[in-house]
Amino acid sequence: MAESLKADVELNLKGEVCPYTFVKSKLALEEIEIGQVLCVIVDHLPAVENVPRSLANEDQEILDVKQINATDWAITVRKRV
Amino acid sequence: MITRPKTLSEEQIKRYSRHIILSQVGGKGQRKLLEAKVLVIGAGGLGCPAALYLAAAGVGKIGIVDFDLVDLSNLQRQVLHHTHDVGRPKVQSASETIHDMNPDVEVVQYREPFTSKNAMDIICGYDMVLDGTDNFPTRYLVNDACVLSNKPNVYGSIYRFEGMASVFLPGKGCYRCLYPVPPPPGSVPSCQEAGVFGVLPGIIGVIQATEAIKLIIGAGDSLCNQLLVYDALEMEFRKVKLAKNKACPVCGEHPTITSLVDYEQLCGFPGASH
Repeated sequence: MAESLKADVELNLKGEVCPYTFVKSKLALEEIEIGQVLCVIVDHLPAVENVPRSLANEDQEILDVKQINATDWAITVRKRV
Repeated sequence: MITRPKTLSEEQIKRYSRHIILSQVGGKGQRKLLEAKVLVIGAGGLGCPAALYLAAAGVGKIGIVDFDLVDLSNLQRQVLHHTHDVGRPKVQSASETIHDMNPDVEVVQYREPFTSKNAMDIICGYDMVLDGTDNFPTRYLVNDACVLSNKPNVYGSIYRFEGMASVFLPGKGCYRCLYPVPPPPGSVPSCQEAGVFGVLPGIIGVIQATEAIKLIIGAGDSLCNQLLVYDALEMEFRKVKLAKNKACPVCGEHPTITSLVDYEQLCGFPGASH
């Protein structure tokens, strides 16, 4: 993750599958302030597409989606609503 | 900082995940449901499907008022009761079915008639009332108790193949704005005499549950100031506008009813249900 995308909150969802990756990401976003950044770690490949798409559908701002090691991906999102 | 979603347990997150996914509900809406308290008057045709879906949705506390016992003729439409419950108190079988389906829900059983004596005491512990009564005296009592205690009244009624539903919010009209006084005793046939299409209370009761849940989570528009009329034979829904009646005897500008009234029973007994 770039320095500019430093997350306020990190959520480890390794081992979780869809739709719970989105459900838990959404619950975590509800707990932070508008403007704050959440970084979600997933290892369920479909979640890499599904979670950003679903969060974007709810008008959240997807800042970054990238693979961070052989199994894990980091989805960085700024709370907008 | 590492965080995990708060308040909802892992089991609740799974159970209510399809709610949480909805933008109009989310975790906040689900928590409102878990904290909500709804009083269902009658564990009959309307009360059964309504309470079933309120419980499935995770409404935290459901009070059920019904003094009656399960009869075999109830089972054609009263879906909380089973064949082995015949002869048992309706509040007991309703409570057991709900608990089996969702142990998150606290069910409070009131195995007693709903009367002018106990109405205010029972209602005061709830956020809103869902009217599943099958007789005019109890329906007027529910209405007046809701007006006098400033609680929303989620109304439903059924007759043969036709049903109605509305929402009466405090200060925005009530059932008496529509019908100021009950019909004369004997002028309207009871459910027992008239018959009722078994699925009809399912439709209307679930509409009542829908409106209650929307009120709890604050989503969408309610049936406040509207009367929904459903005709099962024609499969037709119509909505009629309702206005608050300034001359309403209980919620109007100069109310003449300032305490609860027990009317003569027309169908069954007080607190009975379709």
